[in-house]
Amino acid sequence: MTPKRKQKLFVILGLLSLTAIAVGLTLYALRANINLFFSPVQIAQGDAPMERQIRAGGMVKEGSVSRDPESLDVEFVVTDYVDDLEVYYSGILPDLFREGQGVVVVGELQADGRLYADKVLARHDENYMPPEVAQALEEAGYSPADFQAKAAEVGKRLEQEGSPEGSDY
Amino acid sequence: MLIKIIPEIGHFALVIALLMAVVQAVMPLAGAATRRPLWMAYGRPMAIGQFLFVTIAYLCLTASYMLDDFSVANVANNSNSLLPWYYKFSAVWGNHEGSVLLWSLMLAGWGFAASVFSGDLPRDMVARVQGIMGMVCVGFLLFILMTSNPFERLLPNMPQDGADLNPLLQDFGLVVHPPMLYMGYVGFSVVFAFAIAALLGGRLDAAWTRWARPWTNVAWAFLTVGIALGSWWAYYELGWGGWWFWDPVENASLLPWLTGTALVHSLAVTEKRGSFKSWTVLLAISTFSLSLMGTFLVRSGVLTSVHAFANDPTRGFFILMLLAITVTLSLLVFALRAPRVSHKVGFNWLSRDSLLLINNIILVIMTVTVLLGTVYPLILDSLGLGKISVGPPYFNALFVPLTVVMCVFMGLGPVARWKSMSGRELWRKLGLAAAAAIVLGVAMPLVYGGEWNLWVSLGIVSALWIVLPMVRDLFDKTRHASSFVAGLRKLSLSYWGMVLGHVGIAVTIVGVAVVSNYNIERNVRMSPGTTVEVAGYQFTMTELTNRRGPNFLADTSIIQVQRGDEGRSFVMRPEKRLYLATGMPMTQVALRPGLFRDLYVAMGEDLGDGSYAMRVQYKPFVRWLWLGGLLMAFGGILAVADKRYRRAAARQPASSRIDQSPSQEATV
Repeated sequence: MTPKRKQKLFVILGLLSLTAIAVGLTLYALRANINLFFSPVQIAQGDAPMERQIRAGGMVKEGSVSRDPESLDVEFVVTDYVDDLEVYYSGILPDLFREGQGVVVVGELQADGRLYADKVLARHDENYMPPEVAQALEEAGYSPADFQAKAAEVGKRLEQEGSPEGSDY
Repeated sequence: MLIKIIPEIGHFALVIALLMAVVQAVMPLAGAATRRPLWMAYGRPMAIGQFLFVTIAYLCLTASYMLDDFSVANVANNSNSLLPWYYKFSAVWGNHEGSVLLWSLMLAGWGFAASVFSGDLPRDMVARVQGIMGMVCVGFLLFILMTSNPFERLLPNMPQDGADLNPLLQDFGLVVHPPMLYMGYVGFSVVFAFAIAALLGGRLDAAWTRWARPWTNVAWAFLTVGIALGSWWAYYELGWGGWWFWDPVENASLLPWLTGTALVHSLAVTEKRGSFKSWTVLLAISTFSLSLMGTFLVRSGVLTSVHAFANDPTRGFFILMLLAITVTLSLLVFALRAPRVSHKVGFNWLSRDSLLLINNIILVIMTVTVLLGTVYPLILDSLGLGKISVGPPYFNALFVPLTVVMCVFMGLGPVARWKSMSGRELWRKLGLAAAAAIVLGVAMPLVYGGEWNLWVSLGIVSALWIVLPMVRDLFDKTRHASSFVAGLRKLSLSYWGMVLGHVGIAVTIVGVAVVSNYNIERNVRMSPGTTVEVAGYQFTMTELTNRRGPNFLADTSIIQVQRGDEGRSFVMRPEKRLYLATGMPMTQVALRPGLFRDLYVAMGEDLGDGSYAMRVQYKPFVRWLWLGGLLMAFGGILAVADKRYRRAAARQPASSRIDQSPSQEATV
């Protein structure tokens, strides 16, 4: 082999091994860090894995938010109007978190059937329902439009009653 | 009377600009292909005219905002009569239509600049560059006129008042972040046009790189500042103190930055050594394509984020087509023409050439990993394989090790010689720096935090390993001068640009390492009289009050902060605002910035009974993140100011320099 070819060979080998390492690491990291989405229907059916980080979403059920008076612990129910999911969270809720509004929570399901959330994301959607939830409902054989109408009804009623911020003034 | 037809004037100006862009896309390219100077000469006036008319359109839209013309749908949806004038001004680009118009304005502006400052480039080269820029402009102007007309009217039922700008966007960040970012995104179109023009003309020589380099550096510097500003804005605006979320939209801006960085370095090799030519061109194509892809991701509505304004599928489809056409055509040109411009130059294993090659490879691997994590969920979703999201741990797990590997080579690169270098010489130069970096880096967390921390050590070792060899190199370079200062003066501006750019990375790395590991956050329940201690600071809520702003109502907490028992005390005022027009609540953070630490207080939610959930944070070295970004950008600009670029323009016409071999070029 001429030195030039040798150099080329090294370049190619180096490239290949680096790519292999990168691909390996990437696949490993991807597998460990993918969060699948589940709606309350799917969780009630037992589709969701236990004690693994998942995302779940739906609407915050009317009147379900209860705060611990001493700490920042909060419990609420996420619903897709077919099934309910109890969520436990400790921390500050996002600005747009509201009863009757869409929400996505990230956390782990525990044996008691509750979801212990690390993160709560408010999801304001014009259709009053996160699109993933609408799709999950459809797959479970429901018509999402009915539930969106129901959600819109609840949302509008709560709006008319006044949000907690609005009532301060 | 004239005021009433401002939107129509703007619309009409856009149509004229589009027609000019069409001429610009066709005539100069046809002229260059058939060697007709008259046809080629169309490029310049068209580029100037197009810039003029897009500017008119842009000013018309701004005028509609300033004059509260709510008969314009865009204004009605995104502005309000109560909005302060500076937010009306920036609200123009706080929505889909306006931001695409801003994008087109900048594109036309870059095209204008490339035409005007192309002094001594061969005429056919200039014509080709103008033609390609014209094509890109046609694409974007068509996009505006067909899918996102900002001048659409709501007549005759015009609303009394506007729906208001999203409260998150009512901030100084909106004034500066998007224009900077767009300048960067769009700036890469010039380099792209240069690359394609070089391929078409079959001429990719030192003169070409000398022209492409300043444009690349400027675009890259803008993009760097844009990303840094975005991170800074998110930090204080979103209310929980994060500065990088690996949000797909952030990734979309990081991708062209990574390939752009690779391009800046690859261009250096092409200019100095005449090698890597095809690679450089490929990087220029990928960088601009990634910029377009970023636009597609953000504007198509396939992503849900604060940046996604519109959910109109036709828009996404249009940009996707634009992207597909750009990538296909440019890769086709590349495949057909690249063999003609390639040029074999040998180099040794241990040389700056090979180190820069490694740098490029690592940057490309980073790009691929980020790209994969960003589009993987989209691909799975479009194939119906489930809705997933890829979280920050994925990106951190890959990006952090890759950055560390990159730093190893970044330490070597600036001190290595071109073509070849002996390992012993490298060791003699760097042994001390390596030892110092490791000792200091390992000791630092012990001194600072009292406890050893692998990640902080790794960050500081990396940063020192980037900086120390360059310091050593400065002494080597000035050894033969009459004095140290005289020696420093002799170094070229592009060398200083390189030094600053690398120091910038080091500063950012220190910031990332320290703030990620020593950040202290406490979420607490506070009512007037409550005191919390965080990192030696006492935060006492003295009062809960409220006030009225121009277009919002706010709950304000007054927080008295004191360091230790006898330190100077000061007041912080975080707010919870309710914007009246939209009814949207917003958190206004109180910040006490400092070079070595930020104090960060944000109000959470009202817990009833007169108490509030509060987020109190101590963020050491967080400013270093953005400071590093500014240093990098400044380095990029400094390198452009190097007199070599101006000298090349002034000394002789480029046509006589074309066949000059790279070995005759001046070296740094």
